[in-house]
Amino acid sequence: MQDFSTITDAIHSFLLSFMPGWLTTTVECVLIGVGLLLVYSLLALFYIYYERKVCAAFQCRIGPNRVGPWGLLQSFADMFKILIKELIHLDHIDKFLFALAPYLVIIASMLAFAVLPWGNGLQVIDFNIGIFFLVAVSSIGVLGILLAGWSSNNKFTLIGALRSGAQMVSYELSIGLSVLTMVCLAGTMSVGGIVDEQADLWFIFKGHVPALIAFVIYMIAGTAETNRGPFDLPEAESELTAGYHTEYSGIHFGFFYLAEYLNLFIVAGVASLLFFGGWMPLHIPGWDAFNHIMDYIPSVVWFIGKAIVLSFVIIWFKWTFPRLRIDQLLSLEWKYLLPINLFNLALMVCIIIFGWHF
Amino acid sequence: MADFQEKIAKLFPDAQIGSEEVPVISIPDNQWHDLAIALRDDEDCKMDYLVTVVGMDWTDSLGAIYYLMSSKYNTMCGVKVTTSDRERPMLHSAADVWKVACLYEREVYDFFGIIFIGNPDMRRLFLSIDWKGYPLRKDYAEVNEVSVENERQSDTTDTYIELPDGKVEKKEVAVFEPGEFVVNIGPQHPATHGVLRFRTAVDGEEIKKIDVYMGYIHRGIEKLCEDLTYPQTLPFMDRMDYFSAHNYHHGLCLAIEKAAGIQISRRAEVIRVMMDELSRIASHCLFIGTYCMDLGATTMLFYTLRVREQILDIMEKTCGARMTFNYDCIGGVMQDIAPDFQKDVKALLEVLPKNIKEYNKIFTGNVIAKNRMEGVGYLSREDAISYAVTGPSGRASGWACDMRKLHPYSIYSELDFEEITATEGDSMARFKVRMREMEESAKILAQLVDNIPEGEYCVKVPKVLKLPVGRWFTVVEGCRGAFGIYIESDGSTKPYRLKLAPPCLPLAGVVDHITRGSKIADLITIGGSLDYIVPDMDR
Amino acid sequence: MPYEAFKDNEYIEKLVQQLKENGTNVIVGSLDKLINWGRSNSLWPLTFATSCCGIEFVSLGAARFDMARFGWEVARASPRQADFIMVAGTIVNRMAPVLRRLYDQLAEPKYVIACGSCAISGGPFRKSYHVARGIEDIVPVDVYVPGCPPRPEAMIYGIMQLSRKIKVEKFFGGVNRQEKQREFLTTHPVEGVED
Repeated sequence: MQDFSTITDAIHSFLLSFMPGWLTTTVECVLIGVGLLLVYSLLALFYIYYERKVCAAFQCRIGPNRVGPWGLLQSFADMFKILIKELIHLDHIDKFLFALAPYLVIIASMLAFAVLPWGNGLQVIDFNIGIFFLVAVSSIGVLGILLAGWSSNNKFTLIGALRSGAQMVSYELSIGLSVLTMVCLAGTMSVGGIVDEQADLWFIFKGHVPALIAFVIYMIAGTAETNRGPFDLPEAESELTAGYHTEYSGIHFGFFYLAEYLNLFIVAGVASLLFFGGWMPLHIPGWDAFNHIMDYIPSVVWFIGKAIVLSFVIIWFKWTFPRLRIDQLLSLEWKYLLPINLFNLALMVCIIIFGWHF
Repeated sequence: MADFQEKIAKLFPDAQIGSEEVPVISIPDNQWHDLAIALRDDEDCKMDYLVTVVGMDWTDSLGAIYYLMSSKYNTMCGVKVTTSDRERPMLHSAADVWKVACLYEREVYDFFGIIFIGNPDMRRLFLSIDWKGYPLRKDYAEVNEVSVENERQSDTTDTYIELPDGKVEKKEVAVFEPGEFVVNIGPQHPATHGVLRFRTAVDGEEIKKIDVYMGYIHRGIEKLCEDLTYPQTLPFMDRMDYFSAHNYHHGLCLAIEKAAGIQISRRAEVIRVMMDELSRIASHCLFIGTYCMDLGATTMLFYTLRVREQILDIMEKTCGARMTFNYDCIGGVMQDIAPDFQKDVKALLEVLPKNIKEYNKIFTGNVIAKNRMEGVGYLSREDAISYAVTGPSGRASGWACDMRKLHPYSIYSELDFEEITATEGDSMARFKVRMREMEESAKILAQLVDNIPEGEYCVKVPKVLKLPVGRWFTVVEGCRGAFGIYIESDGSTKPYRLKLAPPCLPLAGVVDHITRGSKIADLITIGGSLDYIVPDMDR
Repeated sequence: MPYEAFKDNEYIEKLVQQLKENGTNVIVGSLDKLINWGRSNSLWPLTFATSCCGIEFVSLGAARFDMARFGWEVARASPRQADFIMVAGTIVNRMAPVLRRLYDQLAEPKYVIACGSCAISGGPFRKSYHVARGIEDIVPVDVYVPGCPPRPEAMIYGIMQLSRKIKVEKFFGGVNRQEKQREFLTTHPVEGVED
């Protein structure tokens, strides 16, 4: 298994050889920041393209294919355009909050990137409450959405923001509980630790029934967290034009647009971390030859591959299901998911105590 | 039919009953309201469905003709009330007798300036507040420039009340309660299916009242027709409800042919009916698609459009256009069917059941779809009749109102098909009725596709077509409900008055009634399930 | 699409000629190219339809004509985020201020396609008392697509022409279309709107 920490260690010692320690740290921070931003924007562009192609496939269409080979450059063209599109200055709005909102949304998703396990040894920071940090920062996003809806001084955005607030706060519970279920199984909150725990078998197999239930709930709640169909009420196009970001133009809108896709990636990434071993290749106890072959596939490919496959499922939801109504959405969470989740947590604890997992 | 005429003659000695095919009763204005109640409630009349109100300007007098139909006896009659005052014409309203009359009378007020005493809402319907003049009056010569200035908005409406001493007093009434949170939906909004505008008073997510604004695509087709010869009026039918283009064409052709006494060939009849049913399937397909899209299931639109494209191909081969066909003409159809027509229709009939099955699998059985539609937007049978909600929406409330069965025209009486009705009256029922109507239309097509008789497709009609003096009223079934056509001729080549009574206007009128108390998202569900076409209601 | 395959629009040829006369700076020129490449390949329509043409616009998005191939399928319901309005259908007196307001709400750069004979001249309703005889008095128009309604192929061609027109624009330095637009806005003011 290729360990990326050898490369990062080499860079570290190379920088240390001619720089003082504090400068090395600063340079490394900047390098990581730039690297993350790059990955961030490329991923977002890829996801936009990916969703458009997948959606086209579901709808018996071709999808973008004119700009660049197979339409690969389509989202780049969109980015260039959106970067230089006019930012409309509105009267009668709360200017500071209006400008702050898109940054809050994008920062929330960017912070989550810090703890994602990209590959073996390829993680910005691995600390003991990594998964807790992830859940915490991803809920900053709702603040951005609420501010956007409030500050726009528009009735549609306000309704969108209120819907979004109710939705996010409710579904965060489900996410938290299903994450907790898996943390119980792993016995650690550190992202690296969770991945290492799955070295012999992924949690979805290890934890069997409760893990499966937690996975299904996580996917439902994750879809709701990203405001995607069938839970796209805050930006329900046929009801609220564009929901909370109706009044945003240019790159401010671009931020919301990018954040939506990155949140999709993050939700899928966390799902792959919790249930499918993060960057850990598929290992089956006893099948040593098979495990060995699997190790040859780089860990980065494993992680991103899993995330893309899982996000395919979420995209599939969006293009298949009709939208829920706000009361149905809330009753789904409070009346069904939450009780099931609590029961599931208890079940998982029992299974761990009695050692019924694999 | 004679029963109720005798009864009316006995009850109202002042009433004069005309001898038209649809008898028109002339009554003085002061007795009109009593007659209205009698017509609706009398056991022998039961005229509970107000088809349309035709505003008229006979230059010496202004007036209105109310066309009524009985949902029990299936009889029709008209009631004519007139006033000779041109400065401040006033008639009594029937808004408390038939609920839809409120909307129809607003339309008459908008076009002719006739004030209806007792109508709770006497605002202009299609034109803006500041519009000068009444466009459908014969002496209308005002110029109203196109302006880009925002339209003046009023939060009050007028109502005219008759005092005991006979004087009429104007009263201002507020549309919304003070302090209500009013959200403006439309005219440019993805949910309104065109340019309709709802001012919606909401309490949180709950709808308290909806005020409908129309006229954002009012093109004045009725007035335009008065300056055109009869064959020239036909192309406008394509542009009203563009999904029922064939059906509307068929209706107007029928009306003109009936007035002119033209008998068309059987081949033309069969072709017309086939085209009607093809467009019904295409229209319902698009309905399912856009409805699912409104509910968030975008992908369904693409599946349903696939079938629609196939139908458009069939039509394009024969008519030469994808949307505005202009195919039916007076005396038959424009040209003979394409050589592939029968083959293509058979191919369609083969794929259609599979597709309907697929739609049901993807959408109808979906638990989210069920939750969104079942029990949402309930409309009772009585309300459906009183609000004149016809077509699939009315049939979903249990009112058998298919004009193909009630007043069979063309060859519909010979065909074997079922009138689909449901009793639930909710959005799901409206959706399912349309789904099943597609199957019925396919059944009609299957009966006809191998039985297109030989013969000429268009009989000879005089180059210059003049209709005799008189008035005719015809109702046909469009894709969205009963489409009424009123022609009044003064013996020349042009219609003196051509009134088109579209099915979509009452559909929009009922939105307020059935959305009260439901959620904003339900407005989309209900609006979508009613399936109104805005250019059709605005004309 | 190759430029040569498409050389049939005299108006754009003339525009290119005019622009080439003064020459361009290398850096500014290539930046312009990049920007115009982005703009011309990413045209997001506003969901706006009044009548029949709007249905053909729906067909344009459907599987057979699939405007997504060109990247036009991101139809935005909010005018702030759209790039062009496809005025599909008749514009009547009552709708004219709404159309104008939508146009004013669009973020720059913004374009208008007049789609169908109603939007171009009033079409069959030209003689009506309540129809605008063409939208060019309400908003500045970039491309006209004739037809009643235009076939989806014609609409694709129309949007392609718009994309060609954007390709010859200048973002830095010289201004061409923008000037015309400004001229239009000063000659057709709306009262009570400062923006």
